[in-house]
Formats: sequence, structure tokens, C-alpha cells
Amino acid sequence: MQAHNNAYYVPPPSIWPIVGSVALLTLAVGFALVLNKVAVGSLVMALGAGILLIMLFGWFGAVIKESLAGKYARQVDTSFRWGMVWFIFSEVMFFAGFFGALFYARNLALPGLADAQSLWPGFSAAWPTTGPGLKTVITPVNAWGIPALNTLILLSSGATLTWAHWGLQKDRQRQLKLGLALTIALGILFIGLQIHEYGEAAFTIRDGIYGATFYMLTGFHGFHVMMGSVMLIVILLRSLAGHFTPGRHFAFEAVAWYWHFVDVIWLLLFIFVYCL
Amino acid sequence: MNTSTVSNAAAVHDHAHDHAPTGVMRWLTSTNHKDIGTLYLWFSLFMFFFAGALAMLIRAELFQPGLQLFQPTVFNQLTTMHGLIMIFGAIMPSLVGFANWQVPLMIGAPDMAFPRLNNWSFWLLPAAGVLLISTFFVPGGAIAGGWTMYPPLFMQGGIAYDMSILAVHILGVSSIMGAINIIVTILNMRAPGMTLMKMPMFVWTWLITAFLLVAVMPVLACAITMLLTDRNFGTHFFDASGGGDPVMFQHVFWFFGHPEVYIMILPAFGIVSTIIPTFARKPLFGYVSMVYAVASIAFLSFIVWAHHMFTTGMPLGGQLFFMYTTMLIAIPTGIKVFNWVATLWRGSISFETPMLFSLAFVFLFTIGGFSGLVLALVPVDIQLQDTYYVVAHFHYVLFSGSAMAIMGGVYYWLPKWTGHMYDEKLGKVHFWLTAIAFNITFFPMHFLGLAGMPRRIPDYALQFAEFNMIASLGGFLLGASQLLFLYVVIKCVRGGIAAGNQPWDGADTLEWTQTSPPPYHSFVTPPLVK
Amino acid sequence: MPKYTGRRLGQPFSAIRSLCAIFFGLIPALAWADFAVNLPQPASGLAQDIFDLHSLILWICLAILIVVFVPMLIALIRHRKSVGHQAAKFHDNLGVEIAWTIVPVLILIGMAWPATRLVASMKDTSKSDLTIKVTGHQWKWEYEYLGEDIRFMSNSSTPKVQIDGEQSKGEHYLLEVDRPLVVPAGQKVRLVLTASDVIHAWWVPAFGVKQDAIPGFIRDAWFKVDQVGTYRGQCAELCGVGHGFMPVVVDVVSPEQFATWKQEQKTLVAAAAANVGKTYEMAELKALGEKVYAANCVACHQPTGMGVPGAFPALNGSAIVSGEKAGHIDIVLNGKAATAMAAFGKQLSDLDLAAVITYERNSWNNTTGDLVQPADIAARRR
Ligand code: HEA
Ligand code: HEA
Ligand code: HEC
Ligand code: CUA
Ligand SMILES: [Cu+2]
Repeated sequence: MQAHNNAYYVPPPSIWPIVGSVALLTLAVGFALVLNKVAVGSLVMALGAGILLIMLFGWFGAVIKESLAGKYARQVDTSFRWGMVWFIFSEVMFFAGFFGALFYARNLALPGLADAQSLWPGFSAAWPTTGPGLKTVITPVNAWGIPALNTLILLSSGATLTWAHWGLQKDRQRQLKLGLALTIALGILFIGLQIHEYGEAAFTIRDGIYGATFYMLTGFHGFHVMMGSVMLIVILLRSLAGHFTPGRHFAFEAVAWYWHFVDVIWLLLFIFVYCL
Repeated sequence: MNTSTVSNAAAVHDHAHDHAPTGVMRWLTSTNHKDIGTLYLWFSLFMFFFAGALAMLIRAELFQPGLQLFQPTVFNQLTTMHGLIMIFGAIMPSLVGFANWQVPLMIGAPDMAFPRLNNWSFWLLPAAGVLLISTFFVPGGAIAGGWTMYPPLFMQGGIAYDMSILAVHILGVSSIMGAINIIVTILNMRAPGMTLMKMPMFVWTWLITAFLLVAVMPVLACAITMLLTDRNFGTHFFDASGGGDPVMFQHVFWFFGHPEVYIMILPAFGIVSTIIPTFARKPLFGYVSMVYAVASIAFLSFIVWAHHMFTTGMPLGGQLFFMYTTMLIAIPTGIKVFNWVATLWRGSISFETPMLFSLAFVFLFTIGGFSGLVLALVPVDIQLQDTYYVVAHFHYVLFSGSAMAIMGGVYYWLPKWTGHMYDEKLGKVHFWLTAIAFNITFFPMHFLGLAGMPRRIPDYALQFAEFNMIASLGGFLLGASQLLFLYVVIKCVRGGIAAGNQPWDGADTLEWTQTSPPPYHSFVTPPLVK
Repeated sequence: MPKYTGRRLGQPFSAIRSLCAIFFGLIPALAWADFAVNLPQPASGLAQDIFDLHSLILWICLAILIVVFVPMLIALIRHRKSVGHQAAKFHDNLGVEIAWTIVPVLILIGMAWPATRLVASMKDTSKSDLTIKVTGHQWKWEYEYLGEDIRFMSNSSTPKVQIDGEQSKGEHYLLEVDRPLVVPAGQKVRLVLTASDVIHAWWVPAFGVKQDAIPGFIRDAWFKVDQVGTYRGQCAELCGVGHGFMPVVVDVVSPEQFATWKQEQKTLVAAAAANVGKTYEMAELKALGEKVYAANCVACHQPTGMGVPGAFPALNGSAIVSGEKAGHIDIVLNGKAATAMAAFGKQLSDLDLAAVITYERNSWNNTTGDLVQPADIAARRR
């Protein structure tokens, strides 16, 4: 392709997408089997996850190779940026759905249940609650314990990441690597504390609408932190291999955007799930 | 609008160096927007026939009162899967297929922005399709709770329910990635000089549609994820005893669901806005207002969702708000209809098959829009909600709307895609059969709904017998007519009179500057749009 | 006599009229109200207002349709290429574009105004004379007259043989029940609705009332009907296998008759109370059990007791049915969570439950010979 240095890079045919489809199909079938207590389910799932991993390695490997070979002209870089922006927007909408569910449950569903006194005598729409049918009492997690600490951790991880970015822009590779390593450490610390908090919590996901919204929102967020950490680790490894230059480091920026997005979601969680 | 020229038709041909793979690998591993577009189109045609066959079974059961062919369990599976597959398997993929073929060609781009991702978006569909269709064969059979999947009914059921939820997840991933790809292609890959306000109308409608997809597919994912956890992990999102609310699902679902119906109609608007000026030999009237109208429809579509829920017993204020916003959509949509009519006015009109489909679209879609408006009025909707009137409404906007626009688009671009003219005579026969059979099938459903026939029932009271029989007969004719469509398409793919670069004298968009079929890599060096 | 405006069985099928109805579309929809092409004859003020609103909107839409498509038709005829028409070049006209934005706004306001007033009155359930609690179950309605100690189930009474086409279908096929809701004419009746399992919707077209019944929540609706008669409707929200077989029938009677009817119901309740603790013979229980089974269980477990493989288990030869009585009683009383098997303990009386269980244990190939008495049920109720 060297003939068209400025032309938009159209990759040659690739096996990875179809591998990815097979992976997701296998994973989904396995999951459905597991949910319905069919014994082979977990094996099928493991197989799917394995294929998915192979696909991720293969696909991202190809992308990195192309990137290093300088095949991505300016315009391709812009595409990647737009692509990441819209991807993050879709994630925003995903969380918006769950936040919407939380608001709906608190402001509309519970008052509705409290109105139905003939069905649920004595029920009043207080939060937290497990609902009128389950009689457990919820002791919520104290916002100013681990959650506040976690807020601090995630906020500082945002700062260390930005510091790493500055390093990259000024081509101070040490600062870049140190910043990334710190960010990853903070991310892992966050996940560790979150797991600890789950272990300590006096309620489960089965405990009514409070448990459901709590674990769903924090769980999906935690999952995103994990994904982000893995992505950061990849970026750190690539930094160690010297892949990034002050002029070209879209992969770094994409992951940084993602990380900041996860950060903002946490702030919303802290306010709406833990504090209010 | 686009008075455009191509600066380098020749540059295209010195591209022998990257060989396209041949055989099955060409299709499995493709990174070419045209091949992937073709895959999308064939896939959706297959799914259209599959879901259409289910509709034939529905109409056969409803041919007369009483249970003849199917137990109610099976009947409910048929309607649910018919709706689900038509929407996610037929209409949406075919529109994405159009986007894949046409968007790069119309904006002078060499390909989609992310060609590999594009291939994944496609190949996820067969994966999801296999998962979905295989549910017919699992214990308990396929899902039977309606394509809207309302809990608590959706809690009752076996493995098919979980499989279908996961299949819809996969479809969602595919749609989101496809939509991102389209947005980025349009924003970043236009040929020099192709400003946003010079883009063909079809490209505009897809830009906005893709935005809707990215915004609402994740919300659908969210809704069905909650279903999945309620079913399997003991959450109580939709269970009152745990403080949840079944109606909450409906809110989340329709926040996706209503934009979804515009996702299915806006690209159809785009197709029609391309075809009508061609055969009226006159530029599209009111291009700018068309763009704004599409944007306003998209905006409004986010704040009307609860018009599907008027009978759930919302507070008065809620009902009024959603009634007013819903009615407002008539205004931008009306602007589009008026613009089409004004485009025809004092044109030099000819009636090739694509034009026939487009004209029928304008007329029949408007009827469907009017029945939508009738449904938007809360008191009337209270009578008509969940009756055949709604079924009539949405088949008017979906079949004579989306599907007929798609058919028109297929006829319009087939010469470009295959290099051959389709059989014009058979195309016209197909059109007339479809248009007539369609109305025989679905017009009586308005009467059935008004008279009080609920939807989603396998058997009905005797006063509904005649219209159901008529609808069934029409339905069979409609189904049979589509076999003709299949025949015409296959015939055209296999051969026919050479189409030449520009078979339609009124067409002015960029794809017609390319050969028919276009070279494997078109616009490797971007054309200059003046 | 009540007027159900649907066509009845026995009227000759007229293909020509139907085809006309299709091809002349909307116009006969208004003129031929007796041909079931329009909303049914309204029986309440609300339904009348809805009818009028719908007619108004229909006429407006028809007018717009003509205004829009007559010009299109003219263009299609006169501005054809084949008649040598040359295309004009215009593609904009701010004036008309503004006009066709403003005029629709005004038309919409004209539609929204009457609709708004009507919604407000539909929502106004205050000052009712009588309140009835309606509970939707898969697939029957339960009616409870609040403050009156009257409560009963209303099951579809269309025989399965008619549905399966083994017997000719009756006049009110699928729209008939064993015990209709009875309400007095001329009084404002308030319904409060809920459901026990999935969402249902209570709907009588002639009243202009359709309201979802949502498990765990309470919604309300009202109607006032002056004309004495029998009115029919159906469940209008997909609720599973029996959704198509869940009719609503309301008998509107004069207030005097209503008072008598109430008295009768109270006597029935008293009679049932007197029978508590009584023991029954096998034949009695089996006969009653067969009826209960037909009304409550056939939809899933089928008349043959063979169920639907994969979806609903066979009771014929089932381990539970031929096993310990207690296990059998428990599953029928409490149902099975997250399956379609409902907790019938809340819906049926001890006698009915005893009867249906006895019936199941001694029908088809099941020959346990066990007799389950109402007292056995009462003992296992939690
Ligand atoms: C392509 C898909 C599509 C489109 C475009 C529409 C368009 C519209 N729909 Fe439809 N709708 C569906 C697909 C679609 N719908 C589906 C699938 C369902 C059922 C889902 C389910 O339950 O399974 C549904 C259900 C549905 C309901 C719920 C019914 C119920 O279940 O009770 C309502 C209620 O408001 C509604 C309203 C509308 C309105 C007001 C429009 C408007 O956008 C129409 C606007 C167009 C016009 C009005 C005509 C042209 C305008 C003029 C010529 C201008 C002048 C006109 C005036 C001033 C009046 N639709
Ligand atoms: C996207 C669009 C779409 C399209 C194109 C169609 C097309 C058709 N639909 Fe569909 N329909 C829906 C979307 C669509 N539908 C949705 C969303 C629902 C709601 C589901 C729910 O309630 O959850 C629904 C529900 C629905 C119902 C109501 C079911 C019920 O409530 O119980 C009915 C009933 O008549 C029906 C009929 C038809 C028919 C006859 C066609 C025909 O137009 C189909 C014609 C096409 C073919 C038939 C092609 C196949 C041809 C062959 C296989 C050849 C063999 C055939 C012969 C030889 C005759 N549809
Ligand atoms: C909505 C459908 C439905 C209806 C109506 C219904 N059942 Fe069931 N029934 C089920 C399902 C589903 C199961 C299986 C539950 C499970 O998974 O164990 C079941 C299980 C049973 C069983 C246990 C059988 C076994 O071998 O597991 C008995 C006994 C039973 N039902 C009795 C009744 C009786 C008596 C009635 C009527 C009063 C009735 N059912 C009505 C759906 C229904
Ligand atoms: Cu009850 Cu449908
Ligand atoms: Cu809608």
C-alpha cells in the first residue's frame, strides 16, 4: 500500500471478525446453558471466552502492527477518535438506562406501591427498601467509608493518568510509564476495595429493588473499571515497548478518555447510589 | 444539489495489487463495503422470507374462528418471532445494507471508516439469527411474550427466553458498531467539497438514524439485562413485592422502542427522497427543510415513548405530555410529505418500478401516519390500544413504509450493484401485486380493531370472521407476490441488459459516476465535489 | 336488548359489501356503523365522547388526505414525461414552507383541545357510587364488591369443543363467562384494578374503558351506563396462553334488580360457610373437580391431562399427582415460583381445591383412589 501514503487505509480481508462472531455465539449459548443448569454450559462458555481472547489478541495485534507500520494517515486517526467518542457515548446511554431505572423506582414505583395500601398494608415509600413483599431491613453501605475513599482513589487515578499524558506529550517516557503504573495500581486498589465492600455489605442483589439497583450499577461500573485497567496495562506494555510518540498516541488517549468516563460515572454513583 | 464530477475514474483501475480473496473466504473475511453490503442485503432478504413465512402461518390460523392449526402456545411464538425477526432481522439489516453500499459511494469515500469492524457488525447477525431461530427447537419452544417482551409474562418460560435475550444483546452490539461506523464514515470520509449540506438526503437520514441507534440500543441492552437478572439472579426490578415495577420495563423498553421505529423509517425516507427527484427529473424540493425535519423527528422521538403505555394508567399530566409531543411529530413528517409532493409538482414524471414503490410509499405511509395520529389521542388510544387497529397502523408504516421503500431502493440501485437492468415488466407486476395485496391484507384490520378485536390472540369472536378471512387471503397473495420479487432479484443478479453507468437520466448522486457494477475499490483517490 | 354491534353468526356473508368496505375505505367506516367497521355503539358517556372524537379526527385526516393527494394526483397525470411535460427547476419556496408548518400546528391544536378535556374526565374517578375491585388472573377475572363481602371468579364459559371445532360455535363464542360482573344502571361505578400474576387489561369497548391491571399496583377507572343490558369485552394485554380466552362480561341491571342480586350473593356465601367441615363423597368431588379443572387448569394441562411437552407437565402419570397428597396439595395451593403454575390457594375455595385435586388423582390413568377433603386443604394452607 505504500503507493498511497495519504490514502485512507483499507485493511485487507481479515479472519478476526468472523472469529469474534463465533466467540460471542459460543459464549451466549454457553451462558444460556449455564443459566438453565445444563452441565456442559460452563465448558461451552469457557470455550467461547477462549475464542474471544484469541480474537482480541489477533485483532488488536493486527491493529498495532498496522499502526506501527505507519499505515494510519491523519484521516484514519481522526476516524479512530470519532469512533471512540461515539463508543463512549453509547456507554453513557447504557448507564443512563440504569440510572433511569433507579430514579424511576425511587420516585415513581415506590410511591405507587405505597399508594396501594390495600395490597401492601403499612408500606411506605422510604429508601432504602427491599419492597413491600420482602421484609428484610437494609443497612446501606456508609457513603463516607470505603465509597468516599474509592472516590478519592479514582479521582487521583484520573490525575495520575493526565500526568502521564503530559509526560507523553513532552516525550518524558519515564513520567509516562510511572504515571501509567500509578494509575493501574490505583485502579486495582479500587477494585480490591470494591470487592471488600461487597463482602462486607449486609445485603445482596436479591434484596429487593435496593439490592438490585445497587449491585447492578456498581457492578457494571466495577466491570468497566476492570476493563479499563486491562486496557491501561496493555497501554503500559506498549509504552514500555516504545510504541508511543508525542505526535502519535491515539491508543493512549482513547484509553484515557475511557478512564475519565468511568471516573465520571463513579462520581454520579457516589452521589445517587451512596449519598442520596 | 450535487453537481459533482469525478476527477479520476482511471485511478481506480491501477489497484490490481491487493487481490480480493475468492470463494467463501471473500465473504467470510471481507473488508469491502460493497461485499458486506451485499451480505447484509441477502441476509435480510432471507430473514424477511423467514419472518414472512411465520406471518403466513399466523394468517392461516386466523383464517377462521376456532383453533385449527396451532395451539395458543405455538401461535404466540409465531407472532412474537414474526415481529422480532421482521424488525431486527429484516428491516434493520437491509437498511444497514443500503448504508454500506451507498454511503461510501454517495460521499465519494473509498470504503467505510472501519472496514474490519464493519465485517464484524455483519457476521454478528447470523450468529444472533442462529441463536434466535434455534429457540423454536428447544424444550418449551420459542419466546411467546410478544416482541415487546413485557414482564412479568416474560419471567414465565424456559431456556428460549434467555437465549433470545442474549441474541438481542448480540444484535445490539452489531447495531451499535454498525452505527458508529456509519457516523464516522459520514463525518470523516466525505470527498473534498462535499459539505454536510451538500450530502445526498439518503446520507443525511442515515447520519441521524445512526445517531439514534447509538443512543437507544444501549438502553435496550439495559432493559433486557434487567430482564435477564430478574429471571436468573433474583433481582426485583420488575417485581412489585421487591419494590420494583413491571411498568418500569415498559418505560425503558419504549425509550428504545419508539426511536427504533424511526430508525426503521428515516432511511426509508432517504431512499424515497432519492428516487422521487430522479424520476420527476427535478431537484428535491426543500432540501434544507428536509434535513431539519429529519433532525426534529429524531429529537422528538426521544420524548414520546409513553404513547405506547396510555392504558397503563399514567397520571393525567403524563398522558397529556406524551399526547402532545406525539402529535407534534406530525409536523416535521408532514413537511416531508409536502416536500415530496412539491418535488413531483411540475416535474417530468415517469413511472419505473422504483418510482411506483416510492409513490405508493408516500400515499400509504401517510395513511399509516394518520392512524398513528389517531392512536396518539389518549381517549381514542384507550379504545384501540392492543387491538388490530394498532396492527394495521404499524404494518402501514412498516410494510408499506419501510419495506416498500426498501423494495423501491433495491430496484433503483440493482442496476448499479449488478451491472444489469432488472426485468421492468416483472418489477411492475410485483409492484401492483404487492400494493393491492397489501391493502387487502391490512386495511380491514383497521375495522377489526375499531370493532374490538384484540391483537395477539389465536382465536376470535364470530363477528370478526369476515374481515379476518379477507385479511388472510390478502396475506397469502402478498406472500406469494414476494416470491416474484425474489425471482426478479435473482434474475437480475445473474444477467440482463447491461445497465451502463447511469441508467436513470434524472439521477445526480456520485454513485452514478462509477461503472456498473462499481470497481472493487471505488474512489481510492477522492473525487472533487464542486 | 343490549346492542353488540358486531355482526352475528347467521347473517349471510356478503363478500361484495366487505370488498366495498375495503375499497371505499374510510367513508363507509362512518356510514355503515352496523357493519362493525367503526367503534362499537357507545353505552356510556365516555364511549360516546370517544366515538365523536374519533369521528372528528377521521374527517380531518380525510380532508388533509384529499388536500395533499389531489395535487399529487394532478401532477402524476399532467406532469408526466410521456405527455411531454418539461420539468420546472424550482426547489424552494419559503412562503409555502412556512404555511405548511403553521397550518398543521393549528389543526393539531384543534384536535388536542377536545382530547385534553376528555382525558381529564376519564381520569376523574371521584364521587363514585360503587367500587369494585377487579383482579386479573391467568386467565380469569376476579370481582370483589368492596364493603359488600361479595367476591367471585369469572371464567370463560365457551366449551373447549367449540374452540376445537368439534361443536358449532355459539352466538357469543369466546365472549361469554360463567358469572358476569353485575352493576346497577345509572350509577357511577369505580373499578380498582390489580393482577396476581402478569399484566392483564380489563376492557369493555362499549364503555370506553380499558385499563391495565398490574400485579402489585392499583389502578382505577370508571364508567356509568344507563342502558340496561349485557356488554362484552376481552382482556387486552398479552398474558400468556389463555390471553385470547379471557372475556369480560358485564350485566347492567336496574338498581332494584341489583339489590336483589346482592342479596342472593350473600345467601350463597352463607350457604358455603355452613358447609365448612363437611365431608364429601368421591363422586361429588370428582364431578365438581372436573368443572374446576375445565375452568382453571385445561389451558395448560389439557383435557387429556397430558400437558404440552416442554411447556406444561403432564398430570397424567405425574410423580407429584400419584405421590403423597401433601405434595400435590402444596403445589396447587402455592404454585411454583417463576413458572406459569400459579398459586391457586388465593383463587379457589377449599372445596374447589379439594375437588380438583381429587379429580386429578383419580382421572386418566391416575388411580390413587385418594379422597381429598376441604379440611385437608385448610390444614395445609399457610
Ligand atoms: C416505521 C415505523 C413507525 C412509524 C414511522 C410510526 C409513526 C407514528 N406512530 Fe407508530 N407504531 C409503530 C411503528 C411506527 N409508528 C409500531 C411498530 C407500533 C406498535 C408497537 C407494538 O406495540 O408492537 C406503533 C404504535 C404506535 C402507538 C401506540 C399504539 C398502542 O399500542 O396503543 C402510537 C400512539 O400514539 C403511535 C403513534 C405514531 C405517530 C403519531 C406516528 C407519527 O410519526 C406519524 C406522523 C405522520 C403523519 C401524521 C402523516 C403525514 C403528515 C401530514 C400529511 C401532515 C399533516 C397532518 C396533520 C396536521 C394531522 N404508534
Ligand atoms: C417490520 C416489519 C413487518 C413486516 C414487513 C410484516 C409483514 C407482515 N405481517 Fe407483521 N408484525 C410486525 C412487523 C412486520 N410484519 C410486528 C412488529 C408485529 C407485532 C408482533 C407482536 O405482537 O409482538 C407484527 C404482527 C403481525 C400480526 C398480528 C399478530 C397478532 O397480534 O396476533 C399479523 C397478523 O396478521 C401480521 C401479519 C403480517 C403479514 C401477513 C405480513 C406480510 O407482509 C408478510 C409478507 C411476506 C412474505 C409472506 C414473504 C414470505 C414468502 C414466502 C415465505 C413464500 C411462501 C408464501 C406463500 C406461498 C403464500 N403481523
Ligand atoms: C399457566 C399455566 C398453568 C395452569 C393454568 C395450571 N398449571 Fe399446573 N403447572 C403449570 C406448570 C408450568 C407446571 C410445572 C411447574 C414446574 O416447573 O415444576 C405445573 C405443575 C403442576 C403440577 C405438578 C406436576 C408435576 O408433575 O410437576 C400440578 C399437580 C399442577 N400443576 C396442578 C394444576 C392444577 C390443579 C391447576 C388448576 C387449578 C393447574 N395446575 C393450572 C402450569 C399451569
Ligand atoms: Cu389476561 Cu390477556
Ligand atoms: Cu411509538
